[in-house]
Amino acid sequence: MANATYLSDHDASAALAERIREANAEGAPLRIVGGDTRFFYGREVEGNELSTREHCGISFYDPVELVVSVRSGTPLGEFEAALAEHGQMLPFEPPRYGAASTVGGMVATGLSGPRRPWAGSVRDFVLGVRVINHEGNEQRFGGEVMKNVAGYDLSRLMVGAQGTLGLITEVSFKVLPKPGATHSLHLELSLDEARRRLAEWGREPLPISAAAWLDGALHLRLEGGPSSVAATRARIGGNDLDNGFWAALRDQRLPFFRTGSLHETKAPLWRLSLPHRTPALELPDVDERLMIHDWAGAQRWLHTELDADTLRRACQAAGGHATCCGPRPTNVEPFTPLPEVLMKYHRNLKAQLDPKGIFNPGRLYAAL
Amino acid sequence: MNILYDERLDGPAPELDRATIRDSLTQAIPDMTLLHREEDMRPFECDGLSVYRTLPMLVALPDTLDQVQRLLVECHRLGVPVVTRGAGTGLSAGALPLEHGVLLVMSRFSRILEIDPEARIARVEPGVRNLAISEAASPYGLYYAPDPSSQIACSIGGNVAENAGGVHCLKYGLTVHNVIKVEILTIEGERMTLGSEALDAPGFDLLALFNGSEGMLGVVTEITVKLLPKPEVAKVLMASFDDVEKAGNAVGAIIEAGIIPGGLEMMDKLAIIAAEDFIGAGYPVDAEAILLCELDGVEADVDDDCETVRAVLEKAGATGIQQARDDAERARFWAGRKNAFPAVGRMSPDYYCMDGTIPRRELARVLKGISDLSERYGLRVANVFHAGDGNMHPLILFDANREGELAVAEALGGEILELCVRVGGTITGEHGVGREKINQMCAQFRPDELATFRAAKAAFDPNDLLNPGKNIPTPARCSEFRTIKSASADTAPGTLHG
Ligand SMILES: Cc1cc2nc3c(=O)[nH]c(=O)nc-3n(C[C@H](O)[C@H](O)[C@@H](O)COP(=O)(O)OP(=O)(O)OC[C@H]3O[C@@H](n4cnc5c(N)ncnc54)[C@H](O)[C@@H]3O)c2cc1C
Ligand SMILES: Cc1cc2nc3c(=O)[nH]c(=O)nc-3n(C[C@H](O)[C@H](O)[C@H](O)COP(=O)(O)OP(=O)(O)OC[C@H]3O[C@@H](n4cnc5c(N)ncnc54)[C@H](O)[C@@H]3O)c2cc1C
Repeated sequence: MANATYLSDHDASAALAERIREANAEGAPLRIVGGDTRFFYGREVEGNELSTREHCGISFYDPVELVVSVRSGTPLGEFEAALAEHGQMLPFEPPRYGAASTVGGMVATGLSGPRRPWAGSVRDFVLGVRVINHEGNEQRFGGEVMKNVAGYDLSRLMVGAQGTLGLITEVSFKVLPKPGATHSLHLELSLDEARRRLAEWGREPLPISAAAWLDGALHLRLEGGPSSVAATRARIGGNDLDNGFWAALRDQRLPFFRTGSLHETKAPLWRLSLPHRTPALELPDVDERLMIHDWAGAQRWLHTELDADTLRRACQAAGGHATCCGPRPTNVEPFTPLPEVLMKYHRNLKAQLDPKGIFNPGRLYAAL
Repeated sequence: MNILYDERLDGPAPELDRATIRDSLTQAIPDMTLLHREEDMRPFECDGLSVYRTLPMLVALPDTLDQVQRLLVECHRLGVPVVTRGAGTGLSAGALPLEHGVLLVMSRFSRILEIDPEARIARVEPGVRNLAISEAASPYGLYYAPDPSSQIACSIGGNVAENAGGVHCLKYGLTVHNVIKVEILTIEGERMTLGSEALDAPGFDLLALFNGSEGMLGVVTEITVKLLPKPEVAKVLMASFDDVEKAGNAVGAIIEAGIIPGGLEMMDKLAIIAAEDFIGAGYPVDAEAILLCELDGVEADVDDDCETVRAVLEKAGATGIQQARDDAERARFWAGRKNAFPAVGRMSPDYYCMDGTIPRRELARVLKGISDLSERYGLRVANVFHAGDGNMHPLILFDANREGELAVAEALGGEILELCVRVGGTITGEHGVGREKINQMCAQFRPDELATFRAAKAAFDPNDLLNPGKNIPTPARCSEFRTIKSASADTAPGTLHG
């Protein structure tokens, strides 16, 4: 077992639990804050701030076991650096927005980066969590082993729940060795041609680990053994691309994300999640060529003034959904509203796990 | 402690009159097959863990979703418990019927609705057999990755309900990683869709919650799975060891070398002999343990990896390393492993399959512990495992016709699971809790954690009508379990309880 000693290491769970017990007794809502990086992925929460920053450090890491457990207030960057020391990584490439992003915020939002369609998402690599429930009890679900089906899978349920079901204090992940070889390519292709090729390559066992179309070109990353990466590179052709492109895409540092600079517009930023083969959406005043088509087409980013309902209807018709990620116009919900039956069970679950509604009320939906 | 439903510990069962219920259901759903005669219902009295049997009140065999929906609405109205059953291959008595409940059999829903090679997905009904999906996808060069050893028989609905694993899960994930969307009927008969054909869906990740929920939150009526391109090549190395501990350490060494094999399985001497006897897989019967290591992917990489793994195995002290020469030999190597349960079954009138998962580094210690327990209880144990995942399947050999021997096997099994929990593992890696491990849940979780599980259940099924008595023990059961445990801790080792 290896311990990254340079990481600050502090167990603040008892103090966090006490705050939650008090809040629950008073019925006073809490606004859970990780990096406190004030941003707009979700609705605004009225509540007393509860920061996880003091609760940090890697509590367990066994590289041979491919398992690591980390406290939720640990800065994401430091955590990834500790894994890199052992040649390992979080395969889902969570976006980082500066040094303050925490592991808890990363899990609570559940966002994954460019490798997601090939490697899996945040929740796919969560093995277990510790959560402080509404009564202030720290509870453990899942564990530090690869397979565990004892009881319901409450650990993966916490991923993406944005802290509305409890405070995550610790997360155990499955980690993977970094690939032996990486090479990135830039291919000037029309969007249609890129789609056609991706569909064809997708049915073959090629070592592709990222594919994004933007600015008139398909950006492709190959990862695997040196032999297969070399062979695929020779077969596919194109120009070499700096591997650093993927970090910029992942962390939203590309010019596209700097609202105003590329498109001279301050239109809201939307994330469209669609089946990857979805053809161009029939939308008024939307030029598909100005969008980023990441995840081989399954995650598309665009800036648009289009009204939310029109956009969401088009995405839903294609089997997907749309999230408004940046600053939002008033009356626009960040997340796609749920069908009635599904919403009923969301409410039931929230009422069961957080009966007084103290955890981030309204963060995902007004009724939760 | 009795495994069959026990009102004293599991909560009062509703007072139901079978004839009345049968009349109501027949009236509400006249076109549905509803079995009520004992001889017709016999085949449904147990799942793959056949030592536990209960004759259900009635057996429903619907052909349409409309029938399932009406059945649920009616059972909900009448307060009748519903136990869903897929193919009945479960090994934890998850589909064990209730005397006071209807058994809802989903096996007639066996159509593959769609294979979409462009989207690389398959949409299927819940009764479709696991292997049938890969067979249907095969012409397109695609397959469905999770491959439980029961794949020729088990249903995909049952796989979702158990979050089933297989020999290729270390690299390709469990059912939860490969199912992208399910259609659900709630106990109130509402339809809802969880997940999406896109890579995520808004709201809570209820798809993850329903995977492995053992038929207790809803009935799965349709499943969309992702399909993967078949690897270009797959090669298998078989390494023999003269010492189980060395084999255990070799597993960690392979992963430490930065290689994630497609499959990494281990068998001990008793299992090797049994499999060799049954299948003639070409296993070395004088070895104490063998490792099967499958490397798959692009040919050039696989060849490099084979060399690396070979060197690692040699260094770890393997007494022999054999690479399957062709696909036929590779299939034979795997056939021995995949048939290990029935093979061991031939050595003894009955066997009892455990499913603990441990951190890999504890392998040697746990194997030693199991062998001590085996001696103490006087029953043989063969070991087969998904070594890469640390998921062990100790097989306890016993004879149910011998007075008291089932109870001894149960007690031995219980101790093995508690040993797994003590070293930081879990009582079940892939077979589920069902009825079988209901008592050991009290060892793995604290009362307040179990209360949270019950709260999650209540969100979907407040009247506890879906598969009651499974998966999550009542507080009454756990307090009795703890009392018995502390009493037996005071007595000398070797004393049996059960
Ligand atoms: C378009 C877009 C823009 C983004 N911009 C930014 C940005 O500008 N800055 C940024 O930091 N991130 C941004 N993100 C996402 C960010 O990468 C992750 O959400 C996360 O890593 C932020 O970490 P944090 O610690 O700052 O989380 P916070 O912002 O503190 O929290 C994020 C959410 O998780 C909850 N949460 C945090 N910790 C816990 C916990 N331990 N238990 C339960 N719930 C918890 C919070 O209540 C909140 O709902 C953006 C994402 C998108 C899609
Ligand atoms: C020889 C043998 C080898 C095995 N090997 C493996 C293995 O390698 N890996 C592994 O994971 N398992 C293995 N198993 C166990 C078993 O095959 C799996 O648990 C399988 O997923 C059960 O599927 P089934 O269709 O038989 O389900 P059943 O046994 O019929 O039911 C299992 C559970 O699922 C629920 N259920 C079934 N269908 C539905 C539905 N449509 N909606 C809601 N709930 C439902 C039931 O209520 C029950 O709780 C093995 C079993 C045998 C006999």
